[in-house]
Amino acid sequence: MHADPRGVLTGVHFLDGDHACCEGTLAAGARFAAGYPITPSTEVVERFASRIPTVGGIFIQMEDELAASIAIQGAVWGGAKAFTVTSGPGFSLMMEHIGYAAITETPCVFVNVQRGGPSTGLPTLPAQADMMQARWGSHGDYGIIALCPNSPQECFDLTILGFNLSEEFRVPVMMMLDECVGHMTEKVVIPEADRIEVTPRRYTKLPPEEFRLFEPRPDSVPDMVRAGDGYRFHVTGLTHDERGYPSMNVETQDRMVRRLVDKVKPLANGRALCETENLEDAEVVVVSYGITSRVAQRALQMARRQGIRAGKFRLISAWPFPEQRIEELAGRVKAFVVPELNLGQMVHEVARAARGKAAVIPVSHAGGTVHNPDVILKAIVEAAR
Amino acid sequence: MNPTTIEVPYEIPAGAQNPVEPFLRMDRMPHIWCPGCGIGTTVNCFTRALIDSKADLDKVAVVSGIGCTGRVAGYARLDSFHTTHGRAIPFATGLKLSNPELQVVVYSGDGDLFAIGGNHFIHAARRNMDLKVICVNNLTYAMTGGQTAPTTPGHVISATNPYGVFEPAFNLVALAEAAGASYVARWTTYHVKQLSRSMAEVFKKKGFCFIEVLSPCPTLYQRKNKMGDGLDAMKFYKEVSKTRNGAPTSECALTKSGEIVVGKFVDRERPDYFELLRAQMTETLGDRYTEPEVACSC
Repeated sequence: MHADPRGVLTGVHFLDGDHACCEGTLAAGARFAAGYPITPSTEVVERFASRIPTVGGIFIQMEDELAASIAIQGAVWGGAKAFTVTSGPGFSLMMEHIGYAAITETPCVFVNVQRGGPSTGLPTLPAQADMMQARWGSHGDYGIIALCPNSPQECFDLTILGFNLSEEFRVPVMMMLDECVGHMTEKVVIPEADRIEVTPRRYTKLPPEEFRLFEPRPDSVPDMVRAGDGYRFHVTGLTHDERGYPSMNVETQDRMVRRLVDKVKPLANGRALCETENLEDAEVVVVSYGITSRVAQRALQMARRQGIRAGKFRLISAWPFPEQRIEELAGRVKAFVVPELNLGQMVHEVARAARGKAAVIPVSHAGGTVHNPDVILKAIVEAAR
Repeated sequence: MNPTTIEVPYEIPAGAQNPVEPFLRMDRMPHIWCPGCGIGTTVNCFTRALIDSKADLDKVAVVSGIGCTGRVAGYARLDSFHTTHGRAIPFATGLKLSNPELQVVVYSGDGDLFAIGGNHFIHAARRNMDLKVICVNNLTYAMTGGQTAPTTPGHVISATNPYGVFEPAFNLVALAEAAGASYVARWTTYHVKQLSRSMAEVFKKKGFCFIEVLSPCPTLYQRKNKMGDGLDAMKFYKEVSKTRNGAPTSECALTKSGEIVVGKFVDRERPDYFELLRAQMTETLGDRYTEPEVACSC
């Protein structure tokens, strides 16, 4: 269905990534946000707090990130589309509730504007060092989706997509911005509401006596209900059966956990989101995401000018990792070069997917600024040799 | 004891094992609570309050944290949420704000609400969020084996204070009042009528309401402290409880074997979160303010 025009600020704007992300939440239909201030992410909810009273919704500044990350889930079960926003230390605090959203299959969005870590780290400077945390940070096995915009325009577009995917797969979706993307200001085009596709929440049509809260539809996820509609349902963070009742046995655990992990797999394969360039003849492929992909773009141009057949593979959906695409490429290229603002995170996934068929070369950076394109170029040149 | 007849103003299904069966998920029985535990008694009082207040049961939601009392959500045949440890109140906050017509009841234990969840309690009270918080206080962490809670009185033997508790305990009713609660009461599981009445009363009251219910834990707290079984706990409550409605909450601290002051201590009018929000936004934005319509049409 189309976006509700009340939340859509149609027009051509000059926005930073954080503000564009906020407009994306509103266009996607989010009418509830809970947050706790943390640099460099707070602008997202500051704008939401300013916009929402005239759109018709709620922003609440909670007492900490634990509260914010569970308040949004209460709001979802009350019928809202909801999100929270944070950065490194706050993201760490939210981990338990990412697990709660995963096991209760609560569609919601966590925006993480990454900064340097660990701990308080570099509050005002960029990093991409929460990528593994986004995937594995909560205990236990589960699947999530993580998207990596590299421009304010994408902060808008992908935030809408993030909400849509969270509804389709009933998972928490991580919007993995970084300080640079969050704070860079560029042109952002917001289309008319009727040009924006929004995935509605799929409420059950079954009557309460026939409805089972966690009974998946064939090849899909369970339908939802919301509190107050007479279903008298039970949601728990304990391992549960299809009725939603706690069930402490090996069979239920196996069935539930496998479904939680497997349900996002379409995004690892056929529906993986990526941007590619010059892959046809490439002997070296640069795999990057977020702000680093824009630095890598420069290195790729310089490499082509030197006659090196270098190609681009930009991760838009980083999780689930698009392993099929990387494996296919690995069979026909010499090497992957993986620059990222961390000391090696997604590069391990590239290596895993490449299965030894191509060299995988990390270009690591501890964060605080972006790479010098020359450093990436050097890695490309060496890889091509 | 003479058999008594309980008047029930609703139809009990034929073959019912329990007069409050319509309020329970009978397919989840038997429950996990120990013999002599008081949590089931509080659930009975809760159902009685639902009946007396003629609540629309489709519009009542129960939110629990983790622990023995956290399991209440799983047995109440209502929309019910068993959340994470300490976070029932912020979950309930989101639920209430997105769906204001719900009567949101937070039903959890002392460790959950006042140790790991203490911060959320004081902030929800400060905001005067329209939540009804029922704290079953058994003075210990029971689910995990009888460790010291922030409510455990001095000199009590616990699993983590085997030589006696020496940290001062919270006085929950004083804490709730100081943080801004609109309604504060305390009863024990001996005071079933008063407790039911208080619960029914808070269903009619707007804003942040808090009821503390002292409840026995014969398996851990009482056994470790040679305080007998569930019946002994009732005798103890009967003996040492003193009803003092309106008592200053600062005088209501609990000790291991001293007086238990019970009653309704606070019942005051404060604008709740929604009223404050609406007033401020209307003042600032005038006609541009749009009432929250949080539940998604999309």
